[in-house]
Amino acid sequence: MKTYFLSIVLTASLGGILRLLILRSDYRQYPTYPHGYISHLSLGFIAAALGAVALPALLEEEFVAVTFLAMAAQQFREIRNIERETLASLDSIELVPRGQHYIEGIARTFEARNFLIIACALALSALDLAFFRRYQLPLRAAGLAAATLLIYFLISNIAGDKRLEHLADIRQGKVHFQGPNVFVDDIHFMNLGLEEAKEEYLNKALGLVLVPKTIDAAATLANIGQRQAIVHICAKLLGIYKDVDSPEFTPLVRRQIKSGKLGVLIIPATRDPQALIAAVKRVPVLEGSVSKPSKSHAGRERDDYQD
Amino acid sequence: MIIKTSLGKIVLATVVLAEASQLVVSGGAGPVYVARDSQEQQRLAKYLSKITEGVAHDLENGVLIIVRH
Repeated sequence: MKTYFLSIVLTASLGGILRLLILRSDYRQYPTYPHGYISHLSLGFIAAALGAVALPALLEEEFVAVTFLAMAAQQFREIRNIERETLASLDSIELVPRGQHYIEGIARTFEARNFLIIACALALSALDLAFFRRYQLPLRAAGLAAATLLIYFLISNIAGDKRLEHLADIRQGKVHFQGPNVFVDDIHFMNLGLEEAKEEYLNKALGLVLVPKTIDAAATLANIGQRQAIVHICAKLLGIYKDVDSPEFTPLVRRQIKSGKLGVLIIPATRDPQALIAAVKRVPVLEGSVSKPSKSHAGRERDDYQD
Repeated sequence: MIIKTSLGKIVLATVVLAEASQLVVSGGAGPVYVARDSQEQQRLAKYLSKITEGVAHDLENGVLIIVRH
């Protein structure tokens, strides 16, 4: 096993570094605290070590070692539960919650990234044993580091999520009232009884209209979890204009039943329509909300189906 | 963990104008307040919606209801 020692150390540490590279902390505000980083980095390092050990173990005909991978899989599935529980308990005290659906997506990503790291470390160790092992240490480390960077760019470009701008045409709509009912263009939102609230809406609110590009997009956008993710991100990025005793200012996404288009109504802290459109464009399409009626026979028979 | 009990989608209170008071037979889950004029009605509805953390809705017949969503 001594012969593989350097290979294992190299690939495990490079795998750990890869985990650091894809552990981003952005507007999703997660994880922003050092302890979140520590737990994810250490788990990422364990994942990388597992990937690094697998191939040498096979070469040494230590087949039992492979069963450890199964145990690791179990362990990483646990991460998903932990993430879900943490985020769900935090969600109950958000003014504009993420919603279960979005949380599920985040938890799934954290789990999947650990599996991704195992696979990458495995690939790196294969590369090392087959090719780089014959070179001197500096050259060997540099070669592996270059391979890690290549993998990083592949991951960040290929595994890029779909965004809302791929599904819908997004434009600004006009916020107006008919009696006590507030509309964005022709999409009805709610009935407001207080004159003060109406004035706030007329002066400060922004409205968007999202027109789905295909029947698949319409089905995906109808998902309530997806809609909650939209308002959460809008409220996070543009500022929340609301407190617990003013639920009438909760940002809303409503669907026009006839056409399937969505309306977004929000009072942002800063009234900047371009920023709002940019925010909505970048909202991730949640995996669980994607549906593809156009892939079915019945879906293609529909009148509104377009190729 | 904070356990918060609340009634959702239920009319928590009703604020009516004097001339519309005969339109409300029973107050649902909450009481019915009769306001002298629309200014007072707005004020009562605002206070009640803040207190109950509900939203005031206008039925357009002189009746405002407070609903927790």
